[in-house]
Formats: sequence, structure tokens, C-alpha cells
Amino acid sequence: MTVPAIELKGISKAFGPVQANKDISISVAPGTIHGIIGENGAGKSTLMSILYGFYKADKGEIWINGKKTDIPDSQAAIAAGIGMVFQHFKLVENFTVLENIVLGAEDGGLLAPSLAKARKELKELEEEYELFVDPDKRIDEIGVGMQQRVEILKALYRKAEILILDEPTGVLTPAEADQLFRILDRLRAEGKTIILITHKLREIMEATDTVSVMRRGQMTATVKTAETNPEELAELMVGRKVLLRVDKVPAKPGKPILEIENLRVTDSSGVERVKGIDLTVRAGEIVGIAGVAGNGQSELLEVLGGMRPGSGTVRMNGVPLALSGPGSDGQARRAQGIAHVPEDRQREGLIMDFHAWENVAFGYHRDPAYQRGIFMDNAALRADTERKIEKFDVRPPNGWLAAKNFSGGNQQKIVVAREIERNPDLLLVGQPTRGVDIGAIEFIHKQIVALRDQGKAILLVSVELEEIFSLSDRIAVMFDGHIMGERLPHETDEKELGLLMAGVAGEAA
Amino acid sequence: MDKMPKWADVILIPLISLILAAILSTLVILAIGENPVEAVNLMVTGALGSTYGWGYTLYYATNFMFTGLAVAVAFHARLFNIGGEGQAMLGGLGVAMVCLYVPWPHWSIALLAAMAAAMLFGAAWAAIPAYLQAKRGSHIVITTIMFNFIAAALLNYMLVNVMRPAGSQDPATARFPEAVHLPTLHEILAPIGINFSKAAPANISLIVALLACVVVWALIWRTRLGYEIRAYGHSETGAVYAGISPVRITIVAMLISGALAGLMAINNVMGEAERLVMNSTEGAGFIGIAVALMGRSHPFGVFLAAILFGFLYQGGAELALWTSIPRELIVVIQALVILFTGALDNMVRMPLEKLFLALRKEAN
Repeated sequence: MTVPAIELKGISKAFGPVQANKDISISVAPGTIHGIIGENGAGKSTLMSILYGFYKADKGEIWINGKKTDIPDSQAAIAAGIGMVFQHFKLVENFTVLENIVLGAEDGGLLAPSLAKARKELKELEEEYELFVDPDKRIDEIGVGMQQRVEILKALYRKAEILILDEPTGVLTPAEADQLFRILDRLRAEGKTIILITHKLREIMEATDTVSVMRRGQMTATVKTAETNPEELAELMVGRKVLLRVDKVPAKPGKPILEIENLRVTDSSGVERVKGIDLTVRAGEIVGIAGVAGNGQSELLEVLGGMRPGSGTVRMNGVPLALSGPGSDGQARRAQGIAHVPEDRQREGLIMDFHAWENVAFGYHRDPAYQRGIFMDNAALRADTERKIEKFDVRPPNGWLAAKNFSGGNQQKIVVAREIERNPDLLLVGQPTRGVDIGAIEFIHKQIVALRDQGKAILLVSVELEEIFSLSDRIAVMFDGHIMGERLPHETDEKELGLLMAGVAGEAA
Repeated sequence: MDKMPKWADVILIPLISLILAAILSTLVILAIGENPVEAVNLMVTGALGSTYGWGYTLYYATNFMFTGLAVAVAFHARLFNIGGEGQAMLGGLGVAMVCLYVPWPHWSIALLAAMAAAMLFGAAWAAIPAYLQAKRGSHIVITTIMFNFIAAALLNYMLVNVMRPAGSQDPATARFPEAVHLPTLHEILAPIGINFSKAAPANISLIVALLACVVVWALIWRTRLGYEIRAYGHSETGAVYAGISPVRITIVAMLISGALAGLMAINNVMGEAERLVMNSTEGAGFIGIAVALMGRSHPFGVFLAAILFGFLYQGGAELALWTSIPRELIVVIQALVILFTGALDNMVRMPLEKLFLALRKEAN
């Protein structure tokens, strides 16, 4: 029996009344990839933050390579051989790769010797792990996949034997994700121990040797990956059976609702984000826009939702929409029958400090039904909120709570309830299930499909290919501001879409 | 979950801040060899021990309510209006013009006209920084500060070159006619048998200020405009999503803020001095910032904080009058209160939040 690389014994951590981690014990063998899966808020990140010294556990012990280790801060974690690759990279954008790797690990006051030494070591690391990057490129000149490699190299440069990756594929194309998994394989072969935190079942199945499932702060199971399947893991995560695929009948597309011709969008710094796209969304169908984040999908949604100006022609029910100037704001769009579930519910869709009942009117607060003389009819708002909370099963069912006090899934239910209940002709949906737990994903997907079945048009933007596949009746792929092609979900696969997402033009798009 | 109960946030934190400021002030008074107990005694009797003292305390408080509300409204739109001082000066100019150049049959009509002029002038003075912020992105803090200086210079010019009565050496306007004299608290309370000091400057503007508190409360929490202002203040991207124009909210919130600051002039110019003098605002525009901070931008909090600062102003004046504690020290004490209640808010808040979390954990 080998000594475990990491052993956690009875870790508990509470934030006020919230028990984020409760008596968690795991043991990870050296030279393996161990997955930790769980819904958002299940306590995965807290656990890893304890391991990396950001938080101190209330109870419990950490053993590294058979030695009881105290990790009061990240310096201690690095000294113990633990490296972390965060979901959001911690890189200085206008520094070179080499400078970023050395940052915080300089040998002395003078930079040149450190850099020279780092350059040599980096070369050895690159060859050992086949992790090639150009050390003299600036971070803002290289792609996200490369940036992630820099993060991994940073950890290796600090002699990490144990590597923690937090949701590493969130920003990657499928191809980049595959590359990442090949790198992880290589690292494992060299004897490194890897902990992979994710909420994507597919990645767990593909990449890991063992997997631990967390639910509500507790470790509900640790199993060998080869001996389990996605359905079982999903059930362990949620605590009940879940439908991973959306049940839906074939679409019956009707007349065109939204017609986009040669739409262009330039952002505030003058960069063209949407470079002349054409797209039609018909009544009774869901059109999914696939693409890696940052290829113009967000800007597309924002123009249609009245959040930024654009140029070109967009017709809604045959009537041209103003794309800039008066009549192009969110109020005008709502009046034209466009509802919008925005990509970022915390910064856009909700006012986090407002009560739920105030948020239920957000964007529709000028509706005459919510006015009483010169005042807002708060009683009517609250009554409306109660109806929506019940219908959309928002928990806890308390309209007086501030939006920030709901979980991600319930926040999203508030937004979806508000938008869908307006019975719009066109629903714009951005990342409807980002940061949403599986149970709520199922519910939100059902609501979107139900709206489609009422003959409404839906334009969906998501970076989750799985979501695009399971919801869309037609898929358009965006890359660098262009639509690379349209596909029917049953006539394509992830590989083909992945190529389109990476900008490789398909045959006869 | 919120980190601590609301009462702790609204009452406990300001109270602890005040106590800290008091302790430090005590040490300062001790250090210069004066008796702090006697000093407190003097302040309390001076500011609250007689209707004369109350009259001054409430007079100052009236000023601070207007400027405090002004800052609070802008705060709700996440705009930091430092220009209350200049807007109040311009309000004074408007009041002086209305009172001097129009013959009024009765003070009540004159008051309404003066209020309108004060608000108009104050709002106009806030409009330019608001426009620059909304359309050009010039930071409102910088522009409003600069507009304070411009206001002072403008007032200087107006008083010296335009409005000064011929033959007068004093850079001030002529006295307002008797017809626009506002009833003082003495005159208001006498008919109902309360003998309020005749010499104290508190006047009917106090009631206008209290009404303004109620109106601002209703505006912020009960109207659609208030909803939009708060939404914009919490999240600009959220406002854009909801079709709320950031340009419009920035300008409207600043106009309301400027109007409230300008409104102060009915108290100090029309109610007290009954003429427009240089530096008539006496820093009330800046005190308004502390008042709004301490009052958590809530009109009721602003009301309480304004009374407190009124007390400090009047008590401080008494202290300077009766002890050898120098005038500058009074300013130090006032500054300490501002420092602790406004700027050092987090110093008290963070340990307190930890304490409440720990207490709650025990309870579980």
C-alpha cells in the first residue's frame, strides 16, 4: 500500500451558519488523477481553498505524503509541493510568459539572473512534459489555452508535485480541452498527482482515475471512475434521479420572427466584435449559438437586447429594429416583444441588493400594472412575485430576501420567471445554466422548451456544447465575429462543431 | 445571509464610532490641560440646555438636513456629489435675487418663490458636472469640487460688483425687505403657548427640511424614478440591461441633489442672515457628506445625523466662548466625528461582523 499523496481527515469549515465542508475525508494516491465533482455551492472550492491555505479549516487534518502538514497560507502550500491553477487565471497581461512564471519566485533584487535561470529551467520543464510555450510572448498575445499552460508551468516551476485544477475547461474549446487532458495524462505519467475540480460529468469520465462526489458540503461517495457512469454520478450529486437529456418533441418552425442581416457590432474600444452576420430565428424553434466565449456571441445578444449599439438590419416580426440612438434601448426591445435572460445574472439580470420582489419588476418596472398614481404599486409587485415564486419553485419562497441571498440556480429561476412570464415573441437566452445546479438546469431547460412549444422563437447562446446540443433545433457556430456555419443537431457531432468553433471552416457552411 | 442584523448596521456601528471619536476627543482635551467633563457639560448645556441653544442646534441641523439629503440622493445613484457647498452658494444667490428684486405681499408666497429659485440655481450648478460626467466621463468628484471654487468666485463677483448697495463697503447684498421675513420658531410656537427663545435663528425652514426628508424617502423607495436611481447605483450594467439610461439617471439624480443643496439657502440666507453675505454656507455642504455617510443615505438617518452635527456645531461654539479651548480644537473634535463615522466605518464594521458571525455560530 503506497502512502497517499494527499490525505484529508475530517475537514470541517463553516461560514457563519453555512456549513461549507462537513467532516470530509479523502485520500488520493500519488500519480493519479482524482476528480472532485459537485454542484455549485457543494463545497468543492472551499475544500481546495483549505488545501491551498486560503482558508483555515475549523476541524480536521491535512496529510501530505504521509506527513501531517499545517497549511496556514499559500506560501506553505507551495512549500508542501501543492500548485493551483485557478478558474480565472492569475497572470499579468502585459508581462511576458517568462516574467509571469518568475513573478513571486524571484531569487533576489535583480531580475536578470532570475530570468536567465527561469529560462533554462522552463526549457527543461517544457521538454519533460511537452508543454511548449514561447517564453517571450506577452500574455495578452497568446490564447487562453496557452495561458492555462503558463499557469501549469508556474506551478511546476515552483516544484509542485500535487496540482489542483479548478474548472479548467470553462474557457477552452473542445480541442483545447482535449489537449489539456493529454497534458494531464503526461503529468500523471511523470508521477504528479492531480486533483481536477469540475461540474462536467464528461470530463470526469474521460480524465480521472477516481472521483469523489460532493453534495451540500459533504462527501457523498468516492468511486473508481471505471466502475461508475454519468447517470450514477449525477444522481449522487443531486440526491435524486435526473434527466440529463431534455425531453422534447421535434420543432415545428413557423414564420420568421427575428431576421438578422449583415449585423455588425463595434465595442467601446473600437474593436469589431460582430463582423456582419446573417441569421433567422423562426417561431417555435430554438436556435443555439455555439462558440468559445469571446467570439462575439455576447455582443450579438447585447445588441438584440438593446444593451449596445450595432449596425445592419434586424427585423422583428417584419418590423426593423433601431440598432442605435433613440428606440434602441432595453425598454424599446421589451415593448417589441423581446425578452432577455442575460449572460451575467449577477451584474445584469438582477440587482443583487434588491429584494426578490423588486427584481421581479426589473426591466418591466414601467409596466402600468406596477404603477399606482405617482408611486410604484409595491403590493401588486409582491403579489406578482409570490405567483412567480410558486410557479417556478424558487427556494426559499421568500420574496423579501435580497437576490444575493438566493443560490445561483434560484437567482436564475427568478430571471427566467420574469422573462418567460411576459410571454415574449422572442426570448434571448445567454448562458442560462452557468453556475446553476443540475436540478435547476433541468427545470430551466424544460421552461425554455415549453416556451418553444407555445410557438415562440428562442435564441440561445451558451458555451456549454452539451447544452447547445440538448436544447437547440438548429445550431449556428460563431468564431471571431462570424457565423462559421449552421448545422442540425442530429446531423453533426461535437468534433465537427469543435472545428468550427476553432475557426476551421466547414464544407459548404 | 446578511452578515449582521440590521439594527447593528444602522445603530450600533454609528454609536461605536461616536464613542471612539468621543474618547479620542477626551484625550485631546486632556492633553491640552482642560477638563473634558466640564467641556462636555458646557457643550450639552450650551446646545441643548435652553431653547436658545436648541434654536441654534436646530438651525444648523436644518442646513445639514438639506445638504445631507443632497449627498444621499446622489449616493443612491453611486454619484459622489462633493459640490453641495457651491450648489448651496448658488441657491443663496437665487434666494437673494427673488427676495430683493421682486416685491412680495406675504412671506409665504416669497418662501415658495425662494424655494423654487434656490432649487433651480442649485440644480443648474449641479447640471454642468452632471452633464460632463454623463456624456464625457469627467469624474463627478473632481468637477463638483472645482465648481465649489467657481461658485465662490462667482458669488464674490456678484456681491462685490453687482449686488452690493451703492456706498456700502461690505461685500454683501442689502437687507431683504420686512415682507419676506420668515417666521422663527419663537413666532411659530408662541401662539400655542411655548416660549421659544427670540434670539435663536431656527425658523420655518426646519419644517421644510423635515418635509424634504419625507419627500426624499418617498422618492427613493416609492417611485419609479427612485427605483431606477437605486438600480443604476447598484449596477450600471444592470441598468443598461433594463433599459434605464445611465445618462438620464446621472443627470436627474444630480439635478435633484443640487436642488436639495440649493434649498439650504432658504434657511441660512432667507431665514437667518436675511441678506446674502460672502461664505454664507459656512462649510455646510461638506458637513452634508458626513451626515449622509453617517445616516446611511437614508432620510431618517440623515435627520438624526443632522441633529447630531447641529449639536456639535452649537456645542462647539459654546465651548469656544466659555473656555480657553481654542476654536481650532472644536474643528478637531468635529473632524474626529466625521473621520470615525464616515471614513473609518470599516474599522468598526469588520470586527463587529466577525463578532456577530461568531455569536451566531455559538447559537447553532
